Amino acid sequence: MTYAAKNLTTGGRELIAFRVGGQEFCVNVMSVREIRGWTPATAMPHAPSYMLGVINLRGAVLPIIDFSARLGMKPAEPTVRHVIIVAQVKSQVVGLLVDAVSDILTVADADIQPTPDIASDFERSFARGVLAIEGRMICLVELDQVFPHEEREAA
Amino acid sequence: MDMNEIKEIFFQECEEQLAELESGLLKLNDGDRDPETVNAVFRAVHSIKGGAGAFGLDDLVSFAHVFETTLDCVRSNRLEPNQDVLKVMLKSADVLADLTNAARDGGSVDAARSRQLIKELEALANGELPQAAVAEPVAKPAPVAAPTPAPVVNEEGFQPVAFSFDDFETNEPLAIEPSTFEILFRPKSELYAKGNDATLLLRDLSRLGEMSIHCDMDELPALASMNPEAAYFAWKISLKTDKGEEAIRSVFEFAEWDCELDVMLAGGDHAGAGEELPMQPVPFDLSMLDEEVPASPGAAEDDDQVAAQQREARDDAVSAAATASNVLQMAQTARASAESNRSAASASAAQAAAQQAASAATPTIRVDLDRVDRLINLVGELVINQAMLSQSVIENDTNGTSSINMGLEELQQLTREIQDSVMAIRAQPVKPVFQRMSRIVREIADMTGKSVRLVTEGENTEVDKTVIDKLAEPLTHMIRNAVDHGLETPEKRVAAGKNPEGTVRLTAKHRSGRIVIELADDGAGINREKVRQKAIDNDLIAADANLSDEEIDNLIFHAGFSTADKISDISGRGVGMDVVKRSIQALGGRINISSKPGHGSVFTMSLPLTLAVLDGMVVTVANQTLVVPLTAIVETLQPEASAIHSFGASQRLISIRNSFCPLVDVGRILNFRAIQANPVEGVALLVESEGGGQRALMVDAIQGQRQVVIKSLEANYTHVPGIAAATILGDGRVALILDVDAIVAASRGQSLKPEMLLAAAG
Repeated sequence: MTYAAKNLTTGGRELIAFRVGGQEFCVNVMSVREIRGWTPATAMPHAPSYMLGVINLRGAVLPIIDFSARLGMKPAEPTVRHVIIVAQVKSQVVGLLVDAVSDILTVADADIQPTPDIASDFERSFARGVLAIEGRMICLVELDQVFPHEEREAA
Repeated sequence: MDMNEIKEIFFQECEEQLAELESGLLKLNDGDRDPETVNAVFRAVHSIKGGAGAFGLDDLVSFAHVFETTLDCVRSNRLEPNQDVLKVMLKSADVLADLTNAARDGGSVDAARSRQLIKELEALANGELPQAAVAEPVAKPAPVAAPTPAPVVNEEGFQPVAFSFDDFETNEPLAIEPSTFEILFRPKSELYAKGNDATLLLRDLSRLGEMSIHCDMDELPALASMNPEAAYFAWKISLKTDKGEEAIRSVFEFAEWDCELDVMLAGGDHAGAGEELPMQPVPFDLSMLDEEVPASPGAAEDDDQVAAQQREARDDAVSAAATASNVLQMAQTARASAESNRSAASASAAQAAAQQAASAATPTIRVDLDRVDRLINLVGELVINQAMLSQSVIENDTNGTSSINMGLEELQQLTREIQDSVMAIRAQPVKPVFQRMSRIVREIADMTGKSVRLVTEGENTEVDKTVIDKLAEPLTHMIRNAVDHGLETPEKRVAAGKNPEGTVRLTAKHRSGRIVIELADDGAGINREKVRQKAIDNDLIAADANLSDEEIDNLIFHAGFSTADKISDISGRGVGMDVVKRSIQALGGRINISSKPGHGSVFTMSLPLTLAVLDGMVVTVANQTLVVPLTAIVETLQPEASAIHSFGASQRLISIRNSFCPLVDVGRILNFRAIQANPVEGVALLVESEGGGQRALMVDAIQGQRQVVIKSLEANYTHVPGIAAATILGDGRVALILDVDAIVAASRGQSLKPEMLLAAAG
């Protein structure tokens, strides 16, 4: 419950909600560095299929992950309408390709329901809970799990 | 400038002196008997001692002092710098370095070790041979029968003098009987400016024997005309001691050139006079007098001859030179001895001069590394920007002769020059790292009881400072491994018919725009059976895995792998070689091992010269833009259909001037396309790899040649096999820089992902 610990002072947390393939997800706003439009990425050899490649972020090399493909859904076909969420994950900065950013939410920890246990192990690994906001269901995502750390350590 | 800054400068200088000391000792160890080398070593210790004294770093001073004394014996040919002696000295240099570090960063040093070395050094200074020397310091003082001084020294716990002066005594027949010296000590302002203190010198002097001091204040002008930074006092000292003149002079050794010092045996005999008396008729320089002795208008006549005669000399400029040798006896003796100190002790004076000359020839400044880094980053951005600008001008302006284009071209040249100059600032010889290694070899050899000689070659090979800094750690691991695991014990070596002393060879050289560092030992080589068994035990490979010798050798780079039977302090914790490999890879380098059972192992590391820029050929492969380091490319050619020969199921060879060279489809190896491209439609880049073999790399087209700024992929992503790094092209897009050697290795059938393969096999 590190999240809870971090947000004791404010009593709630701010989340950025985004849409991918008709579903809604959200991440902690503190881990988001910026949001920018899609630019063509340079493909990486021997990369997992959800790794779209790298782009130039003001002189730094930024890897881009197709969030939809990462979740095992249909791979995105990036257009100018797509959005890259630039996020800080541990010491690294990575980009997350999503369909659109939909909302900024302020929620109390109590509003976060635990992930239903019907979910498969895979989804449970990155889902930190679900939120019910105005009749919508938004899944809270743990970014650490989205990025392929396991592979990084193996290599 | 506050004290801490000055102290920081002192420590920086210490580092240089320590490096100088070690390289000098190593030269001596290799049989160099050049007196200049000995002097350089002596000077290094001397400077450290001097600075340390000024900062009150007593431990450092006392150790340096003993060390220096022993070195002085070498300098004066009283001690033959043979292997045994040098062994002690090299260890002492290590302890001196430790003490310096401890003084800077706090922390403690192994006191027992330094005490032991002090003993050994003293023994060396006193006796002729390390073994015979142990008893001597005890035996000697007795016949000398010195009544007072020695015990006094010890009671005060003043360590620098705690060693025996026996070596002086044996060579100083004059000093056997306690005798009275008349000492005239007249500091110049420089003495104080350099942080010395006359009081301390006098206090040191008092430890030599019974002393009476008379302070001569006649030079002191009226308060109004007094220069607060000038020196006005002189001291006349009468010292009864059994030490020789040399001992007295050594008290003043840091002040030697900043004071007038005259040491005379009571009764007027100039002690140790032989060489110095003939120096008396040195022309008397009046201007010097005027400079150094401030005018003292109001001073009355006095009992001190010196001041009076000096004033006289000033009054009568014409006769001064003529009468110098008799009338100005006292003053002149002072001058003469100062002069003779400079000229008669020619060795040190000449060196000092040489040093000054050298430093005058190439003035240097110390610059904070951060500033250089910032500059390099800025220049990197400048290069990218310039490339982007060029590109947009070319896109918008088809008229190739416009002034904009010409201006751009000049800008390009300038940028390149700036970049080269900035890079040159960071280029440093690998020497300091190599020197550090010799210490590690010594220590490990001591711990393991092995006898090891480290041979270094090409230590002046220059490489970027960041590369050097990051090299030390992996190299340390490797050296430890080489000595601990690689070399056998002397007994085993003898049994194998080898020289009991093992050799570790560390070589650096430039090779096609990279620096190649080789670490070779002549030990037993890798025990493949043992490595294999260990890998099976650790579940790294399957028990029935079929591995080539090379693959087995490379297992040692796998995480958590160690074949040491017992875990030692030195290595064997299994964090060695995989850490080495990772840090080398992080530097954009590669590491290879080749091992011959019974003959030893060779580790070869290849590293980029700089981590900032690279000349590259921009090529297209399967619609991707890639950069191939220009240094790897031997030539480019357009293959004809007749030159392409199929070889087996999937291999193809290209004939170049009647020799056949394997054709490697870059797009296929990097998995950018599923089927091999038609070679005739592309371009072949003939590359030479570290392994020596040539390969023809197939790319679709060449876009051009460009200097690119290297951007790390690891920072935000991970190491990608076959890719060295990334860069940003003129259009703002990221392009990958090809790791030619890895591609070539992959084409030899090795997987681009050896670690993953292993994991799969296990």
